[in-house]
Order: sequence, then C-alpha cells, then structure tokens
Amino acid sequence: MRDTVTTLERGQAVPEIATTATATMDDIILDVASASCRFDVSAPTLSRLFSKQPRRILRAVENVSFTVRRGTTFSIVGESGCGKSTLARMVVGLQRPTQGMLNFRDIRRADGTIGPPRVQMIFQDPYASLNPRWRVGDIIAEPIRELKLRPDAASTKDRVGDLLEIVGLSRSDASRYPHAFSGGQRQRISIARALATEADFLVCDEPTSALDVSVQAQILNLMVKLQKELGLTYLFISHNLSVVRHMSDDLAIMYLGRLVEAGPAEEVFSRPRHPYTRLLLDTIPDVERPNRERRPMSGEVPSPIDPPPGCSFNPRCSRAADRCRAERPELRLIDGVEVSCHFA
Amino acid sequence: MTASAAAPLLSVRDLRIVFDGRHGPLTALDGVSFDIAPGEILGVVGESGAGKSLTGTAVIGLLDPPGRIAGGEIRLEGQRIDNLPAEKMRRLRGRRIGAIFQDPLTSLHPLLTVGDQLVETITTHLPVGKAEARRRALDLLKEVGIPAAEMRIDHYPHQFSGGMRQRVVIALALCAEPVLIIADEPTTALDVSIQAQITTLLKRLCREHGTSIMLVTHDMGVIAETADRVAVMYAGRIVEIGPVEEVVRRPRHPYTAGLMASIPSVHARHAQLNQIDGAMPRLNAIPPGCAFNPRCGRAEGVCREHKPGLPPVAHAAACHFPLQELAHA
Repeated sequence: MRDTVTTLERGQAVPEIATTATATMDDIILDVASASCRFDVSAPTLSRLFSKQPRRILRAVENVSFTVRRGTTFSIVGESGCGKSTLARMVVGLQRPTQGMLNFRDIRRADGTIGPPRVQMIFQDPYASLNPRWRVGDIIAEPIRELKLRPDAASTKDRVGDLLEIVGLSRSDASRYPHAFSGGQRQRISIARALATEADFLVCDEPTSALDVSVQAQILNLMVKLQKELGLTYLFISHNLSVVRHMSDDLAIMYLGRLVEAGPAEEVFSRPRHPYTRLLLDTIPDVERPNRERRPMSGEVPSPIDPPPGCSFNPRCSRAADRCRAERPELRLIDGVEVSCHFA
Repeated sequence: MTASAAAPLLSVRDLRIVFDGRHGPLTALDGVSFDIAPGEILGVVGESGAGKSLTGTAVIGLLDPPGRIAGGEIRLEGQRIDNLPAEKMRRLRGRRIGAIFQDPLTSLHPLLTVGDQLVETITTHLPVGKAEARRRALDLLKEVGIPAAEMRIDHYPHQFSGGMRQRVVIALALCAEPVLIIADEPTTALDVSIQAQITTLLKRLCREHGTSIMLVTHDMGVIAETADRVAVMYAGRIVEIGPVEEVVRRPRHPYTAGLMASIPSVHARHAQLNQIDGAMPRLNAIPPGCAFNPRCGRAEGVCREHKPGLPPVAHAAACHFPLQELAHA
C-alpha cells in the first residue's frame, strides 16, 4: 500500500500516467458483498387478497459478490433479463440493494486528495441520453457547474474544450446541438460528460451496442486509451462476448440474477468451466469460422419470478443430473475462477 | 459461381434509388446489381446508411415517398416487378416474396391471436378454406419449433417471448410458400443464444423448402455463419460481392478488410482494434470517384476521379487497387 502511494505522489510530480495506472492495479476500488435486489411484482394488495394469489417476488439480482480492482475493467456478461443492468444501476446508486452491500473504497487521486471514487455512467443509446435542446458545450459543462469544479465561466469553457479534445472532437463542437452528430460522436460526447466530473469509475451499460462495428472499434480504442491515461476503472456491461474479451481484465457471467462463473478474463475465455459459459462461447456468430455447423442452445431463459429449483440453468443444460434439479450449486473457487456447477 | 450461369431467382440490375429533397435529389442507391440463385442465402452487410435495408425495401415494393426508383430493374423469376401497379405488387408480396423484420412485436397484430393472423395470411394468398388454413398454420408453427403448438396457436403475441415471436413471424413469412424471403435484421433484437436458434432455423427452412433468402444485417458474424454469398455495401453501392468464405477470409476491397479487422476477436485479446478513421459520407456529400477514397490508405489520383466498377467475376471488388492474396499472408 505504502509503495503504491509513493508511486502515486511521484506520478503527480512527473506526469507519468502509465506508471500511475499500473502501480494501482491491485487496489480494490469496489467491493460488492452478497448484494441482492428483489422487486415486488405482486398484483395490488386488494385484488391479490380477493383472488388469493401469493406475493410474487422478482429476484433480479441474487447474492452477488465480486471486487473490482482500480484501473482495470470488470465486465458483466449475460443475456437480457439476467440482472446485469439492475446490477449496474445498483453500482451507480440508482437502485438500492434489498440485501447485502456495495462498498466503494476511498482512493488517493493524482492531486493527492483522498476520498470515495466519483462514479459516472455511460448509457447504451446515445440518441436518448443527450438533451436535444442543449448545446453540447452546456451538456458537458453542467456537471462542472453543478459540482463547482471550476471557479468561473471562462475556466469552465476551457475545461469543456479540453474534454472535447480528449474524446477526439474539436473545441468548436461545443456550440453545436446533438442532432448534428453521428451515433459514435454522440457516444464521445457522453464520455466527455462523464469525464467532466473528474470521474474515477465509469459504469458502461452496453456503450457500443447501438453503434456500427467500425465506429465501435473507434469508441473501444478511445476507452482503452482513456483508461491508460487517466487510470479509469470500468464496470463494463455487455452481451457481446467478443467486445468483452477485448476490454476485460476480469469478468463475471450472470444467469437469472446469479453469477455462474467469475474470474480473470483470459482464464475464463481460454478454459470456460460452466456449461452456460461454454454454450455462450459456442453460439456466438464467429466471422473467423464461416459456415461452421454449430449446435444452438435449446430453450430460453426462465422467468426470474419463478426460477427452476436447484441450478437455475438445469432445464437448458445437457449435463443436468438429478442433483442439479434438487440442489443449487454454490460458487466454488477452481484454479482462480469461481464457478457454480456441480460438475465443474 | 454457378449462380450467374443458372437462371437467377432474383435479378437486380443497376438499381438507382433517389430521394427528392428540398435541396434537390439525393442518390441513396447508385447502380446496385446482384443476383440470387434459387435456394441461395445472400447476405447484404453494411453500416447504417449504406443502403442495405433500402435495397430490401425496393425488392418487396415498400419504398416510401419521397424515395423512388429512378433507374434499373428488378426481376423475379424473369418477370419485371419494379414497375408493377400497387395492387399487383400487393398480391405478389406475401405470396411470392415474404418478409421478416427486425422487431417481431411490431410485425404482429397485438389484438389477434397468432393463429388468426396465420389463417388470414394463408386464406388471402392461397385458395384454401378456414379449416385447412388452420391445419396448415399449426403445421407451420410446429415446423418453426414452437413447443405445444396446439395450445400456442390461440395465444396473443404478447404471450410469446422475443425468440418465439420471431419464430411466429417466420411462420407468417412462410405461409404462402414464397420463393424469396427478405429478412431485414431478423436476429438483431434477440439474445445471442436465441440468435443462433433463429439463424439455424432459417438455414434449415431454406434447405428444405428451396426458398431463397436475402439476409440484410449489420452483423458480419451472422452473415458468416448463415449466408452462401455476401454483398458488402458502402454509401449506396456494392463494394464487394462473393462467396462468404472468400470475402471473410480474403477480402479484396480495403473497406471490407478494414471492417473485418475492426471486429474484436473472441479467440484472442489484442492491444488495439484496427479502426477505419472517419465516417461514411452523408448522401449529400458523397465524394467524387470511389466513395471510400477519403478513408482509404491505398487511394491514389484515379480513386478520386473515377468510380470503380464491379467486375463480372464470382468474387468481385469495386476497387482500382484491390488487395491481393499476398496482402493477407
């Protein structure tokens, strides 16, 4: 810990950004401990009492634990309805966990201040997340004004110009409206707005899935560059496994609100242990192997209101045995990777 | 490829689509030509605004004003269909050309059961009675893999999941046993595991019924796994067309090569993705010569003056300096 701090201080004296980022690699910035989020989706009380229906609880996120190291990218992968977006909303504080807790550790910033990291979110749809009636300059300046990060209008304007240049736009773009920009450029504006708060931790919910592949490559490259230069930490939510492979240091695969496999990305991709991870890797369309015969995964994700007993993946799993239908597997640590499967 | 030797099912020649705007006409499709052989899946891939959906829309005759066909012709089984009167085109659509769109929820009527919708489509296009139509509807639902079809036929669209809805839409498209299906981003709204189920289903149906499919998508992965041939579109033109293995493994147009290289790999992690700088030009600012020249590393004087044509070979690239085999070694 002490070493880290001195490097940081040296890093501040001599702006060697790369050193700062690597030196802090093993600091834990976010600690999620047995977090659950349940929603009560019962019918209104009276009609429920009349029709004698039980309460219906949707378990969006169940007992999820993981830690994110500073300066790294932690990805959460899963299909729609697996709870990945609820988890992202809990991390940015838009949703409270009904059980368990999420804990941001204090960090020491490059300017020497110590405090909890500033968390910002980048949304999927850049057409919906920017106010069409505001000039881009105002969109980016709003968090600076709100948090009083700059003393006056001139320095705010300066900062906005710098931010636009950091994300690959030009200073003069501040006076234009969002409609004048393409999807990729809008996503750059979203990133600039997030950075305007001097954010340390970015939650990115499918940041490139609304973009074309060549534009996606531009945005992903920008995100990697910013992470290196500013020492950012990313929580990256995606369903696109190839994007996740490109971005992640660590990843977690979610299924029906629970983690089924979590660990270092390289390890999980090279040796997937949970049958769901294997099937996901097997079913993604692969440009490198055209026209291969693939075995599609049968079935669909069950409802999180009424998950199957035992292992929630058992109805779709080819290896499911009686034990899987009766007893839910707990996450076990195997060679540095956590897996919840009886047969892993 | 034998596709051009045998009589093509669909033949599009020099198709030009123009939008009449306030500031004069904008050319959205500029000289698009391709064939689809019977039983073949042709993938049409490109980024937003490249004109891939527009091509599909023109083939099924659903082009909305101010867009209009300004030149070229579309032939289905030798018969010209681009100049048919609206009523004739309406009968052709659904009967001989089926359509599958991206969002299954908007393609289905929310107030009718899926059975009613299937029966209506079948009785509209085929000379069969209600009972026979319902029997066929049931067979179709079974064929597209809907479990407990006898019960599900009387359900409403909202009672189906996304993947199941898309299966219903496919059943609807197959109702009148069309010879060609235009599938516009059929799997984009679906999860990867469901996506695989739907593309496998499309491939199987194509094989079993001998139906041709024009598969329009932005996802090169889906094309690589599903299509026989692929056409790559850029700024309203086909820049490369050929057998899918050839195009994916040995792209000849610099745009295709750049596009392929910008897709992250699931097999290895690279420090940086290859990116094509800049963006596709807007319709009112398409540069003279090759539309890709401002973003191309190989562009020379001739690229800025002359539009390269598509040579009549199986694997063709509209480029003055196509990449050679060696470049990929």
